[in-house]
Amino acid sequence: MAVVETRGLKKQFGEVKAVDGVDLSSKEGEFLVLLGPSGCGKTTLLRLIAGLEQPTAGEVLIGGQVVNGLPPRARKIAMVFQSYALYPHMTVFNNIAFSLKAQGVDKAARQEKVEWATSILGIDKLLQRRPRQLSGGERQRVALARCLVREPTVFLLDEPLSNLDAQLRASARDELQQLQQRIGITTIYVTHDQVEAMGMGDRIAVMYQGQIRQLGTPREIYDEPGDTFVATFLGSPPMNLVERDTHLIGFRPEHFLPKGVPEVQDNLVTFSFPVTRVEYLGADRLVYGVVAGTSGDTKTMARLPSTVTVPIEPGGDYEFVVPAKELKFFDRDTGLRTGPKPL
Amino acid sequence: MRVPGLRGGVRVQLRYLLDREGLLGPLMLLPAIIYILALVGFPLVLAIAYSLSDVTAGDTSLDNFVGLDNFSRIIKRPEFRRALQNTILFVVVSQVLIIVLATTLAQILSQDFRGKAVVRFLIILPWAAPIALGTIAWLWLLDSEFSPIDLILRELHLLGPAGLLGRDAILGTDTNLVWLGRERLTMASVIMVHVWRLLPLSTVILLAALTTIPRDVLDQAEVDGAGFWRTLFQIKIPLILPIMGIAILFGMILTAGDMAVVYNLTRGGPVYYTQVLPTWSFFIGIEGGSLAQGAAVALFLLPLLLVVTILVLRLARRSEVT
Repeated sequence: MAVVETRGLKKQFGEVKAVDGVDLSSKEGEFLVLLGPSGCGKTTLLRLIAGLEQPTAGEVLIGGQVVNGLPPRARKIAMVFQSYALYPHMTVFNNIAFSLKAQGVDKAARQEKVEWATSILGIDKLLQRRPRQLSGGERQRVALARCLVREPTVFLLDEPLSNLDAQLRASARDELQQLQQRIGITTIYVTHDQVEAMGMGDRIAVMYQGQIRQLGTPREIYDEPGDTFVATFLGSPPMNLVERDTHLIGFRPEHFLPKGVPEVQDNLVTFSFPVTRVEYLGADRLVYGVVAGTSGDTKTMARLPSTVTVPIEPGGDYEFVVPAKELKFFDRDTGLRTGPKPL
Repeated sequence: MRVPGLRGGVRVQLRYLLDREGLLGPLMLLPAIIYILALVGFPLVLAIAYSLSDVTAGDTSLDNFVGLDNFSRIIKRPEFRRALQNTILFVVVSQVLIIVLATTLAQILSQDFRGKAVVRFLIILPWAAPIALGTIAWLWLLDSEFSPIDLILRELHLLGPAGLLGRDAILGTDTNLVWLGRERLTMASVIMVHVWRLLPLSTVILLAALTTIPRDVLDQAEVDGAGFWRTLFQIKIPLILPIMGIAILFGMILTAGDMAVVYNLTRGGPVYYTQVLPTWSFFIGIEGGSLAQGAAVALFLLPLLLVVTILVLRLARRSEVT
């Protein structure tokens, strides 16, 4: 177990700044998620930590030691790639035992460790198969077992669930998190899927354009976004942003409800909301409309749970309210969060 | 309801004849089939017919069937055994050298470094240049008296009367090695020139194979702690084995059937030191005029290469991993 830390880490590919000054510090045994859209630099950051890329500037520390210049094998890390990167010509056993062989572990100990790791993951029946004979879920377990046997101090996972179908992904998410809690190894997990990030992470680092825009618990990231990027990247549908003079008012679609629906009646802010379209999604209704801003109308959405039965029709003009404490304020030019402003 | 612009009928159907895959497919294969029949099939049948008859350059009528006479007569000749041995030696040694060197070169060329394009161009050059020209240049390089290679060796005091530190030179006190005049050295020279010439092909094939290995797999090997040799022998080579098999197959067929290098460099000599089946077949059949026996010699290679081809193709299919 170890803490991973980066100090002023930068990586440039030609003109492109893939990672642009990242200071990040994990906690002992933490499940830390790097979340961001594709091309935001999260995988490059992970590869820098793994030692597969050399930084242009800055330092990587594992367990308090600077590991710049050390090859991946000397960093005591284990990594799962998006494709799982199983060796296609080797059996499951040899795939898992490969790193042990490279470390010079003797045959009996190799056997023992492979059996231990595969029994944890429930793939001990598959040892003689080859990767092409395995399902997606089984491959993912083999990739995890391969990491486990090395008894690393840090787990690095690069979108390990993106190759699984939706159903399998939900159960794999659950298993992966349980496994991590059981073995308690510091884990850095890269994903672009906010549901994975919110559901699994102890903390989330939201990345955009090579920088960490916000680091915090899922609740902090969602409820108290630090800037408009974080506010609109998380949440589905994303946070509504309405312009008012020099700032933007943000509120989540689920807090935007017809007048009279919220039980608490005080401290509500009322908006006039002409509705253009209604989508019925079973558990929810998505209501599309516009809210007047200082420089024109802004498209705005409301998400009404199915328990709200107030009739809403396209073309109607309604009054919707948001609890004042759910309004977030951002600077219009910098996009950064500011204190509450008068409406 | 009538659809405006939609018309049927035989004449319209004819216009869309080529849209039928059942017709278009065979039509497009036809040129290839004609080509193979005319340039491979017909000569092969002709060679088999010749080898079973007594045709000569003076009398090309095929009316005298002699059975396997030509074959049995050839096998009894001592030159045949020598040529067969030489052919096998030529094929095996040059293929081993080519695969080792091509793997090394492909490995180097798959890395990024300055001047890579120039190196790539230089390596492909022997394959692009006409083989006769290349071999003639080598003929001069290996000249018994004026060989520049000998000159360099003499300057380095590795050859000639003046050795190093008062001792005799390592490669002998003669002023020349006589590359194409001594039994073993001549064969070595022939192999060397052939390796030089065939190396680009194998290198390019293996380089293409190496680039098909996913980067994730190589990164994983790095994370797993595999060093250079372990990655090469346990990851890279097993993964490119099917394609390497094809490269070896190509190399073997091109070597076993090649007469350009031997013919231009030594004419099979001195004595029969470098005679291989293709050159011997040429000397007997074309220069000696005995078409029937020449054809028989050439056909000896057929079963040999057939077996090799089947073995390699089976190996390639078995080790196919994805």
